[in-house]
Amino acid sequence: MPITVTEKALGKIKELVQKRGPQTKGLRVGVKGGGCTGFQYLFEFSDDDPAQHDRVFDLDGIRIYCDPKSYLFLNGTELDYVETLMESGFKFQNPNVKSTCGCGSSVAF
Amino acid sequence: MSLLQISEPGQARVKEKCGGRAVGIDLGTTNSLVAHVQEAAPRVLPDPAGRSLLPSVVHYAADGRVVVGAEAMALAPRFPRDTVASAKRFMGRAPEDSAAIRALTPYELVAETGPVVRFRVAGGRGVTPVEVSAEILRTLRARAEAALGGDLDGAVITVPAYFDDAQRQATKDAGRLAGLEVLRLLSEPTAAALAYGLDKRSEGTFAVFDLGGGTFDISVLRLTAGVFEVQAIGGDSALGGDDFDRALAARFLAELGLAGSRSEGQLRRVLDEARAARERLTAAAATTVRVARDDGSPWERPLGRDELEALIRPIVARTGPPCRRALKDAGLAPTDLDGVILVGGATRTPAVRAFVRELFGREPLADIDPDLVVALGAAVQADLLAGAGPRADVLLLDVIPLSLGLETMGGVVEKLIPRNSTIPCGAKQTFTTFADKQTGFDLHVVQGERELVAECRSLARFKLGGLPPLPAGMARAEITFLVDADGILRVSAREELSGQEAAIEVKPTYGLTDAEIERMLLDSFEHAEADVRARLLIGERIEADRILQATRQALAVDAALLAPGERDRIESAMAALLKARAGEDHTAIHEAVQALDQAGREFAGRRMNRSVAAAMTGRSIDELEGKG
Repeated sequence: MPITVTEKALGKIKELVQKRGPQTKGLRVGVKGGGCTGFQYLFEFSDDDPAQHDRVFDLDGIRIYCDPKSYLFLNGTELDYVETLMESGFKFQNPNVKSTCGCGSSVAF
Repeated sequence: MSLLQISEPGQARVKEKCGGRAVGIDLGTTNSLVAHVQEAAPRVLPDPAGRSLLPSVVHYAADGRVVVGAEAMALAPRFPRDTVASAKRFMGRAPEDSAAIRALTPYELVAETGPVVRFRVAGGRGVTPVEVSAEILRTLRARAEAALGGDLDGAVITVPAYFDDAQRQATKDAGRLAGLEVLRLLSEPTAAALAYGLDKRSEGTFAVFDLGGGTFDISVLRLTAGVFEVQAIGGDSALGGDDFDRALAARFLAELGLAGSRSEGQLRRVLDEARAARERLTAAAATTVRVARDDGSPWERPLGRDELEALIRPIVARTGPPCRRALKDAGLAPTDLDGVILVGGATRTPAVRAFVRELFGREPLADIDPDLVVALGAAVQADLLAGAGPRADVLLLDVIPLSLGLETMGGVVEKLIPRNSTIPCGAKQTFTTFADKQTGFDLHVVQGERELVAECRSLARFKLGGLPPLPAGMARAEITFLVDADGILRVSAREELSGQEAAIEVKPTYGLTDAEIERMLLDSFEHAEADVRARLLIGERIEADRILQATRQALAVDAALLAPGERDRIESAMAALLKARAGEDHTAIHEAVQALDQAGREFAGRRMNRSVAAAMTGRSIDELEGKG
């Protein structure tokens, strides 16, 4: 299952990439240790081309890289952009997640 | 729930990034060493004389000089009390907890009570185990800085998997005292697995059997797609090769006719020779033991491997139960394992190897020097954390040894984090007030497997106060438990309506001995049924009190609403409940609560209707007035 992005999130990503400048070659998503339930999402700009074993998803010209290990935990994930009264930001809708903590950036699989 | 923003490249890892001069340190009971990853391979950094192992021995001279390592060990026979060895056994312990260990060591303590052990050394100074460990770490730091040519960026220090919060904190403090940035504490068996490069396999389940000088650890690690998880841990921090030497020394002392009275120097000389003889018997089948008496006269006896093995067999066998328990915790049979790794100098002893072979039904892995393997693994981890390694995405997870929970009404434990949870971990739960107008929560953090607080270990107490007086159940406190990567617990509480907050970091003044952890675990299995019954009983009694109180109040306030004969029915149900409550049968209490609930149901219904009617009436008047 690929990693997908909602229309709203894609729009926001394009806007942010545009604002950041042409050095942006893609976006990296991943999972790393840490956070209160064990894992934390990683979501950052990348100035490099994907690494050799990265999974790459091309979404209307925006490339999203994911290292193979993180992909085990992220396959099928849909990236959404949420705006509430309090805050706005990206949200990982991940079918692999068993539990999330209150802060939302930590997950357990 | 907070949402994610897109970070700049590398920023998310910035906290752990610190450059290439990060080292791994095995702070051992008997020996310590430092290793560093160079050109993708971890190497132990030797001292200028080429020695890798630094004996974990610190000598405090009368003139204030501090000597560390082999030189300190050489001074030990002459200055047994001023030369501290095995300080690790005292880390995070109070004097009262360490009596059993002290019986076998010559040290004098400054005080018999107090929060920490303090050894009295030359010049009347009192030094703590943390300070002793810091001297060892400082020596290793100097060694590493000389070898690498510059300041260190940080260090990963290993600890036995069974170390509790106090012991981990003490180790961290020692690192800081030595001027090291402690990137992480890593459990020794996990480090060994990294040294063996187990992460290069695609998957597998491994046991790490670590019998060092002073501690025994067994870990079951699961590897899935390059991700490590410690599935179960067990061990005994008062078991190791030192015990072999002591058993051997005790026999020699008896033969020397010195079992009762002996000088400190004599004890040390006999212990040293016992260790040397045991090490010689790893390769040889027989050897000769030679010791000088206090008066300088020589004493010797032959010692065969058979005699040694017979003597230490009962000590080696003590590693069996923790291994079986760890496998059971992980839900595995020995045949499910893909390998068993040997760690620790004592695993060189052929009798230990034979025991492991028999226990796990396979030949254990021992290719890497069991004395070095932990430091090498720690170096790999340090390299990872420093972000210099190619495997910067390997995830390492550790576990907590005993469940962490909170005391709730009636002295019952609510476990928030179950034992063997991987760390870092966290849990959040909301608690409500029990009594009307309750203005605070007394929070009592406990550790253990039992259902009742009285049977668990108290870690900390704190208060969340300043709440507005509200009816029972209205105030809601959200309690968060967070265990960081070093196994240190932070508990925070927040009342949702008022926003009142309180938090505590748990650094217990003294730690549990591992024998106690063992006992607590065994107790929890033995008493499981009784504990659950006791818990149910307390729960039902609380429920009984609640309904009795509410019924009494209702009868007093709304006696007018009672139907003829209803009071008698309710009161006899109350009497029956009071009688059941006095007993020990939770089912009987539960049934009596149900019966009272049933008896009072119609009465409660009428009270409810009247309240609703009153509310409606009020509303209609308001509305009429509104229209007018």
